[in-house]
Amino acid sequence: MGAKEENGDGGGIRPPIEQEISKELDTNMKKYLRGEGANLEILKDKKLKGQLALREELYGKSAKAAAKVEKWLMPSEGGYLEAEGVEKTWQIKQEAIAREVDILSSRNQYDIVLPELGPYTLDFTSSGRYMAAAGRKGHLAVVDMKNMNLIKEIQVRETVRDVVFLHNELFFAAAQKKYPYIYNRDGTELHCLKEHGAVLKLQFLRNHFLLVSINKFGQLRYQDVTMGEIVGNFRTGLGRTDVMRVNPFNGVVSLGHSGGTVTMWKPTTAAPLIKMLCHQGPVSALAFHPNGHLMATSGKECKIKIWDLRKYEVLQTLPGHAKTLDFSQKGLLAVGTGSFVQILGDFSGSHNYSRYMGNSMVKGYQIGKVSFRPYEDVLGIGHSMGWSSILVPGSGEPNFDSWVANPFETSKQRREKEVRSLLDKLPPETIMLNPSKIGTVREAKKKEKPTKQEREAEMEAAVEAVKGFVWKNKTKGRNKPSKKAKKKQELVAKAKRPFLDQQLKGEQSLSTKKQKLSEEVELPASLQRFARKKPTA
Amino acid sequence: MKVKVISRSTDEFTRERSQDLQRVYHNYDPNLRPQEKAVEYVRALTAAKLEKIFARPFIGALDGHRDGISCMAKNPNYLKGFFSGSMDGDIRLWDIANRRTVCQYSGHQGAVRGLTVSTDGRILVSCGTDCTVKLWNVPVATLTDSDDSTDNSSEPLAVYVWKNSFWAVDHQWEGDLFATAGAQVDIWNHNRSQPINSFQWGTDTVISVRFNPAEPNVLATTASDRSITLYDLRMSSPARKVIMRTKSNSISWNPMEPMNFTAANEDCNCYSYDSRKLDEAKCVHMGHESAVMDIDYSPTGREFVTGSYDRTIRIFQYNGGRSREIYHTKRMQRVFCVKFSCDASYVISGSDDTNLRLWKAKASEQLGVLHPREQRKHAYHEAVKNRYKHLPEIKRIVRHRHLPKPIYKAASLRRTMMEAERRKAERRKAHSAPGSIVTEPVRKRRIIKEVE
Repeated sequence: MGAKEENGDGGGIRPPIEQEISKELDTNMKKYLRGEGANLEILKDKKLKGQLALREELYGKSAKAAAKVEKWLMPSEGGYLEAEGVEKTWQIKQEAIAREVDILSSRNQYDIVLPELGPYTLDFTSSGRYMAAAGRKGHLAVVDMKNMNLIKEIQVRETVRDVVFLHNELFFAAAQKKYPYIYNRDGTELHCLKEHGAVLKLQFLRNHFLLVSINKFGQLRYQDVTMGEIVGNFRTGLGRTDVMRVNPFNGVVSLGHSGGTVTMWKPTTAAPLIKMLCHQGPVSALAFHPNGHLMATSGKECKIKIWDLRKYEVLQTLPGHAKTLDFSQKGLLAVGTGSFVQILGDFSGSHNYSRYMGNSMVKGYQIGKVSFRPYEDVLGIGHSMGWSSILVPGSGEPNFDSWVANPFETSKQRREKEVRSLLDKLPPETIMLNPSKIGTVREAKKKEKPTKQEREAEMEAAVEAVKGFVWKNKTKGRNKPSKKAKKKQELVAKAKRPFLDQQLKGEQSLSTKKQKLSEEVELPASLQRFARKKPTA
Repeated sequence: MKVKVISRSTDEFTRERSQDLQRVYHNYDPNLRPQEKAVEYVRALTAAKLEKIFARPFIGALDGHRDGISCMAKNPNYLKGFFSGSMDGDIRLWDIANRRTVCQYSGHQGAVRGLTVSTDGRILVSCGTDCTVKLWNVPVATLTDSDDSTDNSSEPLAVYVWKNSFWAVDHQWEGDLFATAGAQVDIWNHNRSQPINSFQWGTDTVISVRFNPAEPNVLATTASDRSITLYDLRMSSPARKVIMRTKSNSISWNPMEPMNFTAANEDCNCYSYDSRKLDEAKCVHMGHESAVMDIDYSPTGREFVTGSYDRTIRIFQYNGGRSREIYHTKRMQRVFCVKFSCDASYVISGSDDTNLRLWKAKASEQLGVLHPREQRKHAYHEAVKNRYKHLPEIKRIVRHRHLPKPIYKAASLRRTMMEAERRKAERRKAHSAPGSIVTEPVRKRRIIKEVE
């Protein structure tokens, strides 16, 4: 009986649980709709209006289906950490967490001590399964994080400043003393990238297959690793810096300089897209939120600032030093200084970062780099005595998409993915500050009148072009120098004429306007009839 | 303290045996896919290029006739059977799949002007310039027949001689009446040797006739006085007429929207009309460089194919002004008749060079049975290409068609001429008193008047 009634009420009043669920689905749908719908009221073309209305309906349906999948079909749930009673989350120590959590996860918390080989930097592949670690004194290692298997380690006997994975776990690039090198997973050296010079920091743009480097002289280089061509090569002009980060949302590379400025670059222009003064001292670290709206910078004047990248404004300023910064997939910010790592989280949704967790390491360890492991609640810390990993509940994305990044990839799947991502390789021209502009209509630029300086410059250029003309040596007495000089004068006058005409026209219109205005202003109303009229012939 | 960390057990996310399928998990969150629009754009570009690589529309030519082909008919009950009639009186039944002649009907003295098949597909009606209407038997295809390769000729079931030569014939979609066009429109029954009814409006010859697919009693004809006339068999006189500036060579009704029909006109355009409102064309389809000789709608009602005197075939969308596709071959001369196959996959054209040609309706379509994955991939490519087809690089690739030089030159010449006319009309309007010159919309411009 009750079931029948419910079914009958399908169109009208629904039970409260269903209403709640549909509200939840609606809020989730917004994420999948990717912005506002188009305003179809202003269209006059009925056929186009009908077609677009159909499309908008389809978008709504697909967003609803995606929201339903998110609600019901996701295999894993995210992590969380809640303090009970008087306890605060940042007072909870790693050992306490490890005790409460299952064995497999507690194995993710460890310390690897390698004291002789210098401060370590880390890099994870996009699926979070493999890690490349590089010690300053030349130790390179690739580790499979699922089984804690050391796949390969090599000693290159040179300073290694940075390491980064290319599109796969098969290839990684190491910034060594003089040049960066690309190695295979088996440790064979594949390429020596001589053009880059002595590189301080490397980054890899995954969708574009571009390897970006900043070297000792402050030169920024983009190299396409599929065919090996150097796509861009720029002198930043702002000196030596080793703070470089790629914004994963739009592929823009940003550098932090010693004057406190942060510049953003794309491979097709020689000048930076944005130059913003962020700090009063040198910029020491930089990190981007995966959604592309937030940037965290830290300066040596003991301030950490969170910026909104849409308006380029400071959202929050926090006190503290930071040698390294990193955002996790869920938006937690890890700050590393000295031997202390602090993790900040934004829990109210209003971009207000507050303390979430902290971890203090052994006193002598100097933290060099913090990096969140994708799709896991783990933070990797590279420090002067090796590397460590700690558990940070709630930092990783629990549900991966097999076709974006699969931590359980087999070699066949990896090969397929490599081919498909090469087919989808983006050309470097698609890197722009707002990547959703692709496919939209470009705004009509208003034609501006060239300023006086520009006009003069154009005139000069035209005259120079004429003067640079090479004269043919005529024979039989037609080569008189006086004639040549006269001809040259004529040509220069001809080149100048259009510019002078324009000028005259402009002046005439100005003068008539001025005259009219002045006349109307000078004489009072009763004497207007004595205003100067045009003389008759 | 309550704590939970992401922990994935390997068993849950990998397959148990190598015979199992690999597990695939989806997360549609846009945050996991940065720069998705750029990726889609690159995929659209690749899809456009692939489409061009696979665009091979010509399947084969069916030769056998000894003179130019003047008319064609398709059998509504049998997908593979097509009839064609030529200028020397030879009628053949073709098996399109094997590209052979199944049956040959000879008997007409002059050119065969019209062919049509009865509703049950058993009787073929043909008419010609020798003033006769002949009814033939269509052999029913059985398994044994398809192995034979003998062209067996047969005798006509009936021969009806009448007063003047015929120009076209069409059969009702449901019923047993057929209409012939000549000096007037005659309605015949299969069994009577004289027309049971005759319609005439004016003194000019009627050059083509078509029955409406939904209304068995409505038919449309075109005449050489540049008119298109609608008839209703239940009334004793013709219903309506619209006179245009140039003569229409052929008409086809839209099978999915039976109140609309499209007329193939001598002025290189096709005009779509709503039969209830003939004072204005619904759509003008431009593209051909010379007179459009024949037109046929696809059974989906969404596109139609036209064959023209300028040696090309174009496929248009039912509501589009420009052609979606153009087919041409060096050996194909003036196209006199075209037909869309009943499964909307093929186009058959008959031309002056005595050949019937078989083309794909979608040039890059993969024929045969497709795996569902392939189907989805094709659908995805179509969708992503449609999303970005307005962007310049993709538009350039999708729009590009190689045209033979004479057609290309003819097209640019025509464009210059029309551009010049338009400019002159614009200037005349600009230099005259505002309101004294009224520009008529293109859809009305070619219509002179509508007559009841």
